Amino acid sequence: MKKFFSILLTIFVPLSFTNVSKAAGHMEAEVIHWWTSGGEQAAISEFAKAWEEMGNTWIDTAITGGDNARGTTVNRIIGGNPPTAAQFNVSKQFVDLVEQGLLQSLEEVASAEGWRDFIYPPELIETCEFEGEFYCVPVNIHSWQWMWINNDVYKQVGLPVPQTFEEFLAGAPKIQEAGIIPLALGGQGWQESGMFDVVASSIMGFPLMQSIYRDKDLDAFRDGRFESVLNTYRELNQFTDEGSPGRLWNDTTAMVIEGKAAMQVMGDWARGEFAVAGQEAMVDYSCVIPGKEKYVALGGDVFVFPKNDDPKVKDAQLAMASMMVNPTVQAKFNNAKGSLPMRLDVDTSAADACMQMGLDLIQNPDAIMRESDDWNTPAFTAAWGDIISEFRNDPNYTVAQVMDDLEGVLTSGL
Amino acid sequence: MPFYRNIAAKIALLPMIVISLTVFVGCIIYSFVYSLTNSKLVPVMNYVGFDQYERLFKQRKWDVAVENIFIYGFVFTIGCLIIGFLLAVLIDQKIRGESLFRTIFLYPYAMSFVVTGLVWKWVLNPTFGLENSMHMWGMTWFELDWLVNRDLAIYAVCIAAVWQGAGFVMVLMLAGLRGIDEDIWKSLSIEGVAKWKSYIFVILPMLRPMVVTAIVLIAAGVVKVYDLILALTSGGPGYATTTPAMYVMENFFSRANLGQAFAASIIMFISVVCILAPWAFYEFYLRNKYANN
Repeated sequence: MKKFFSILLTIFVPLSFTNVSKAAGHMEAEVIHWWTSGGEQAAISEFAKAWEEMGNTWIDTAITGGDNARGTTVNRIIGGNPPTAAQFNVSKQFVDLVEQGLLQSLEEVASAEGWRDFIYPPELIETCEFEGEFYCVPVNIHSWQWMWINNDVYKQVGLPVPQTFEEFLAGAPKIQEAGIIPLALGGQGWQESGMFDVVASSIMGFPLMQSIYRDKDLDAFRDGRFESVLNTYRELNQFTDEGSPGRLWNDTTAMVIEGKAAMQVMGDWARGEFAVAGQEAMVDYSCVIPGKEKYVALGGDVFVFPKNDDPKVKDAQLAMASMMVNPTVQAKFNNAKGSLPMRLDVDTSAADACMQMGLDLIQNPDAIMRESDDWNTPAFTAAWGDIISEFRNDPNYTVAQVMDDLEGVLTSGL
Repeated sequence: MPFYRNIAAKIALLPMIVISLTVFVGCIIYSFVYSLTNSKLVPVMNYVGFDQYERLFKQRKWDVAVENIFIYGFVFTIGCLIIGFLLAVLIDQKIRGESLFRTIFLYPYAMSFVVTGLVWKWVLNPTFGLENSMHMWGMTWFELDWLVNRDLAIYAVCIAAVWQGAGFVMVLMLAGLRGIDEDIWKSLSIEGVAKWKSYIFVILPMLRPMVVTAIVLIAAGVVKVYDLILALTSGGPGYATTTPAMYVMENFFSRANLGQAFAASIIMFISVVCILAPWAFYEFYLRNKYANN
């Protein structure tokens, strides 16, 4: 028995000592995020690498699905075991956390480093600033406004690559005849409503979208253009396949990469999947910003830093916030992610043709488009998305009914 | 009954009683109080009356969820009982390799609902599941699009659930069948009663406790069904297979709409009580009363 204890001691005593010395030496940070696909993992590991090069430890808590990851973050904050940093979208998702005083203010670093001078476009500052203080770090800009097209498919059927949804619809029957799925769409609510907003902005333009989504202007909503968006959306959905319900976005992108499908509407994070598959922009695949007026949607990701009683954690949080906006780290991270950096002075020489298109467009303030969740609560966007998703899946759900139900959401005060 | 009778057992039960009262009753009261607020991401005490309930009953999605739980509850319970009982009867025929079959039929029950969901998701997926295989074998007339058909998707969920649950009911029933006295079988055969008749009219009523146990266990699983549907359809296509539990979880976690989630969970609680109360009253009160008389 004695021998048993001495063995136990020899195992555990040195272990506990090494733990203590480790904690005193450098900073430890646990980061919750939902970047789990190939391209996304390459991107988050750029942050982790930069953090570890500073002599710190990165504890990676990757949770599949934004909803799940955000739910976990909120639960852990309320349960008293907050992570060091957590991912949210550029949106109103974390406003409640700020209002309840649960997040660490980053103003110290922000004013010392002059974040207000270099964060571009300035709309991103609006997202993170509450009562004059920074509460989040925008790390990238992701735009939904893209069609991802397999060039071989269009070559095979002898059609030019479409530049608008109308052109796509005109060519779709011919693609279908060739035994290829014209439109790859994953039937999950966020993918269905994401594509809907791209169709909406490219057909009715951003100003009208803004008066509906932001100002809840019922006259604008009822002036007929929104109905034509719904009709186009329904037409597009005739060209999807029956395997669509529940399919993940990256599995859907893979269908375009493999040439089983011709086109997918998806945010620019899809570019990372093409890169991982070894495909070249404009050669193997085309990226098209659909519509006559082209926009860059101001989606993207931010990191927030929940308050912690431990002063060491605060040091780690401020150090990490500063690292995330660093131009060198920004360049590496965004190149891997396929997104645009949140500042203009970043070296983008490694950008491919698609990313360059976005970089050129974002210089023009008129081409910057906000998304519904910049103005609306998650409850509103979810209720809206439910109707869009149901409209896509239920052919008996008429446009008139959808208009009434959407109006109900607009006036619900959610 | 004097208080000190079986005092040791009562003391041993005390922690469980305390936990039930504080955790269950406490949480129910907490949920109800906050269902009267407009809490979003975090619970805040901002009284809005019954607004959340009003909004809940206006939701088309909630109607679909309630309808689904009734379909699921009915098909799952009846399916498990019928198939479970049939399997038990078949195994009871003193067949060879009985333990092998018992293991095979019970095996699905050892899996988590998530695994069951994923397996059936692949089997029923029209683009690479069973339908695709049949097409490749030349049977192009074969069609199995339940999972992606919004009217049939909920029945696809039921199939997966019955596949998992039937084995468990079988084991319960088999235990009951093994407890039937040989003399009853002997007298039945002397009377010349057909075998199927004796099973249905004599043996089945004798298995009443087993049937009740099975129904209670299955019903508890029906109300909280969440993981199976999440893995199999994620509530889709659209929200055709959503359930009240999913509605609650969604509003809790992804939609940052706590007040609505609390309201929905209180409605779930009330409906369970409404269904269970008359039955519990009968089982535990009336029956004892008659038995004692």
